[in-house]
Amino acid sequence: MEKFATLTATMVAIPTENIDTDQIIPARFLKVTDKAGLGDNLFCDWRYNADGTPNPDFVLNTTQGKKAKILLAGDNFGCGSSREHAPWAIMGYGFQAVISTSFADIFCNNSLKLGLLPIAVDKETHLQLLSLLEEEPATQITIELQNQAVVLPDGRKVTFPIDNFSKTCILKGVDQLGYLQSHAAAIEVYEANHADRVNTLA
Amino acid sequence: MSTNEHPKTLFEKIWNQHIVVAEPNNPTVLYIDLHLVHEVTSPQAFTGLREKGLKVRHPDKTMATMDHGIPTTPLDIPISDELVIKQINQLEKNCQEFGIPLHGLTSAYRGIVHVIGPELGLTQPGMTVVCGDSHTSTHGAFGTLAFGIGTSEVEHVLATQCLLQTKPKTYAVRVEGTLSLGVSAKDIILNLISRIGIGGGTGHVFEYMGSTIRGLSMEERMTVCNMSIEGGARAGMIAPDETTFEYIKERPLAPKGEAWNAAVEAWRKLPTDDGAVFDQEITIDANTLEPMITYGTNPGMGMKITDTIPDPDSIKEVSERQTLVKALQYMGLRPGQPLLGQPIDVVFLGSCTNSRISDLRVAANLIKGRKVANTVRFMVVPGSQQVKLQAEAEGLDKIFKEAGAEWREAGCSMCIAMNGDQLQPGQYAVSTSNRNFEGRQGKGGRTFLASPLTATATAIVGKIADVRTMF
Repeated sequence: MEKFATLTATMVAIPTENIDTDQIIPARFLKVTDKAGLGDNLFCDWRYNADGTPNPDFVLNTTQGKKAKILLAGDNFGCGSSREHAPWAIMGYGFQAVISTSFADIFCNNSLKLGLLPIAVDKETHLQLLSLLEEEPATQITIELQNQAVVLPDGRKVTFPIDNFSKTCILKGVDQLGYLQSHAAAIEVYEANHADRVNTLA
Repeated sequence: MSTNEHPKTLFEKIWNQHIVVAEPNNPTVLYIDLHLVHEVTSPQAFTGLREKGLKVRHPDKTMATMDHGIPTTPLDIPISDELVIKQINQLEKNCQEFGIPLHGLTSAYRGIVHVIGPELGLTQPGMTVVCGDSHTSTHGAFGTLAFGIGTSEVEHVLATQCLLQTKPKTYAVRVEGTLSLGVSAKDIILNLISRIGIGGGTGHVFEYMGSTIRGLSMEERMTVCNMSIEGGARAGMIAPDETTFEYIKERPLAPKGEAWNAAVEAWRKLPTDDGAVFDQEITIDANTLEPMITYGTNPGMGMKITDTIPDPDSIKEVSERQTLVKALQYMGLRPGQPLLGQPIDVVFLGSCTNSRISDLRVAANLIKGRKVANTVRFMVVPGSQQVKLQAEAEGLDKIFKEAGAEWREAGCSMCIAMNGDQLQPGQYAVSTSNRNFEGRQGKGGRTFLASPLTATATAIVGKIADVRTMF
């Protein structure tokens, strides 16, 4: 995982509510055994016409959309399937953070494990960000992970929640697996005290 | 329960029994009893293990199958999709290298992962069950804590048999009363989601309870728990009872002899204590339920089959209104329009929601002596090879084939449309699966979610039909 401390970047808005992971990366692109190339098919069915040409009306195909590092999305982002291909595709495209008013549980978990920041803000801030973008598509904002804050162009800071553990892992750029492994002794004690429930090899 | 303990929910009991480490400010290290693996969400996890030089800690608590990408055409036809071949070859290689039991293409127990776990007797009350698939919530029907995980977490469980979890909240879903003829478990869950919305259960675990739930069979309970994720919840669970024990007893991997008696004794302690408190509650009156159908592009956009499509202008909230406008545009439907009589191109009976033997029985019973409308393709896809064999032993395959339906091999099929079973752009389908998202059943395809009874009635009429008029 890459370390993340502060990001100053432009945004792109897809304010649709309830964007499900089938829209983020359609299931036909899940027939892979690695993570390469998923960013090319991010939002594929919205992004490309039936003949495969880019849909000029879709925001990722605009000049701003191509260089934005922050995705501003509608409420309940990432609902549906548990596919980690969704955050892989979002990161593969070049996004480092998604801002919404809420996220689906599994998407949020998956993203935090990869260092893609799911930033939940209140509705008012969300609307303000949308109108800032509408007025000036090149608007930059800053995300400070240490302070758990989004810094708006007028200097206003809006804090966002993130659990301490994920925050520390992302600041340091360390995989959460290491923490689990550090508890190997406790896992052994647990196993010694609890009978196996099933044996799939039986 | 001793007097100095506070009353606990089913969820809390299972959670507490699986805590390995609980440090302040860190997520809980939770022990996982059973890890189910399939070909689509696991390859990168095994790559991670190899890169780190790690082994699978408990192959004996892991089971793999292939279900998402495999064709449902006859098994003697070779698979033509190179990517699917690569993915299933990779799963075979991974299982062999790491010692994980695999129900592969030729196994008599192959099938949709959430159908075969219970079928084999692997899913048992009080367990924690995970899989890289959001419909793992299905297993909660047995009084297990079962939820879907991402591929990073698949790697965590393979390596340590544990997961890092923050404790979710609890949400009681009470269903009381008697279901009318033609109303089924699918209608209960579609009704719940239409009321709370697809984000309504976010951060929570549902516990379904009440007289209606107690009266459901295990297969019906699985249908309800299956779609917990469509209500936004990580998991859904139902307290184990005699119905549960009866289902599990004598299954291939269920406890036997003395171990069975000890297991049942422990399982009887799991149900939620009197007086236990939930963070949220909702009550559904089963007496007033009618067959449900979705009209939009998420499972929360559902209504009674006799209702008309809501008017976006009646919604005050701007973003919610826009969502409905966009959905109706994609679906090619108008506000105020009834869905009864809507012509349909394809009917899909299958998926981890509704592909078990009881689903096939009710469908076969309805279609027996009738014909599939000549404008409709009716695909019947059993959830597992065992379901298929059972159905064939009962002659259900003949009933479907004589009516003009397709009788196919087991798999996820057109629920996720990865294996070639898919809608063509613009086609309308009534589907017994769980998701009606844009393109879910094929790019440009338009899905109405409904029960097996409504789906079969629609296949016969060729238009969306109210099964209650056909008994």
